[in-house]
Amino acid sequence: MDFKKILSQLNIKATCKRYDLGLWKCPQFLFLIMGMVIMATSLITYALGTRYIADPAIVLLIVFILTVILFIITFSITRTLEGLAEANKLKSEFVSIVSHQLRSPISNLKWALEALSSDKLCQLGEKEVEYVDILEDNTKRMGELVSALLMVSRIEQGRLPLRNQKFSLENITQESIKQFTPVAVSSNVEIKLEISKKPLPDVFGDPSQIRLVVDNFIDNAIRYSKEKNKIAVVIDKRGRDVLFSVKDQGVGIPKKDQKNIFQKFFRSSNALRYETHGSGLGLYIAKSIINMSKGKIGFKSEENKGSTFWFTIPTK
Amino acid sequence: MPQKILLVEDEKALQKTLGDVLEGEGYEVLKALDGQAGLALAKKEKPDLILLDLILPKLHGFEVLKQLKANEATKDIPVIILTNLESMGDIEKAIELGAKTYLVKANYSLEEVIDKIKKALGK
Repeated sequence: MDFKKILSQLNIKATCKRYDLGLWKCPQFLFLIMGMVIMATSLITYALGTRYIADPAIVLLIVFILTVILFIITFSITRTLEGLAEANKLKSEFVSIVSHQLRSPISNLKWALEALSSDKLCQLGEKEVEYVDILEDNTKRMGELVSALLMVSRIEQGRLPLRNQKFSLENITQESIKQFTPVAVSSNVEIKLEISKKPLPDVFGDPSQIRLVVDNFIDNAIRYSKEKNKIAVVIDKRGRDVLFSVKDQGVGIPKKDQKNIFQKFFRSSNALRYETHGSGLGLYIAKSIINMSKGKIGFKSEENKGSTFWFTIPTK
Repeated sequence: MPQKILLVEDEKALQKTLGDVLEGEGYEVLKALDGQAGLALAKKEKPDLILLDLILPKLHGFEVLKQLKANEATKDIPVIILTNLESMGDIEKAIELGAKTYLVKANYSLEEVIDKIKKALGK
């Protein structure tokens, strides 16, 4: 380690910022704190030692050995933490760069396929249409996965842009239901919107991000429903907030998986059996968006009976 | 006389798709693969609309936009930014520099983009 590197590491605030970590999670800051703890421990040991041991040379030796051992342990732990922080930062940067780089070719593919299937450029035969449909479906899935990964990397780096404006949760819910109705119809599932009778106040947040959460809840409810099931989407006033919930009669979440349901990349065991597609990022993103919007998010679920996912969002 | 659209985009695949579809819609499409060529073509041809990517070789899209708006002959041409950058900072900067609309490629279908283009041209 050269002198310049040591000097740069002494600038704790800048180093912590480079790792995108708060002070109490930052290895350099923790090393400083541990340094103070070691000094205090040494002084206390010295004070106690001089009281019980007659020979001051032995006391000093004990204090010296203790300080060195504590210092070596702290240094090793800090270096390990620093390695982890560096790896985490590199991982976030890697995901961010790869997602960005993948977005352009996916957009190109998506638009080229759309041009091909829209009959604007040429007429396709029946067989060609089937293959273009396969390509379009898979391009869409790739696009959604890349967008989700990009979103996760932005959340982790604290760079998710969130506007704060007044909007109607009812309107975006209706738009979302309209978007998902064809999928619900083809899955033989009915979506019903229930809105409390009193006029609902507007809410505050980023409408496009909240729309992602609404879409995620409705999409999940359809995916994990069985045929002829009903899905109830409810919007109601709760104190100073507006409550949004989606109740389904689907496969539910096993009790052992419930504590992990908002974790990144987690998919419950029965979800994997029932619906193999899915990244396990939707609910993690939903939770992050709702937390950043000063709302609350939660669910209750029983295996084979169904789930209710809800969130609240402030009206002020 | 068909309306002229200038497409400043370094992705050849996208330029081809968008160009073909716009030509199919009856527009005359001019194409540039970098910022400098785009700016020169805009000054020479004075198109009715410019579709501008941001990350471009030779001259960044923001610089192209700045120079378009500083030039008397091109300052009134509506510019639609078509990019995959979607930070609030980029969006605000583009609008501040005078872009009419900011579209993130990944978030729109081709049909939606064509609709926005038609609207911007007053159709």
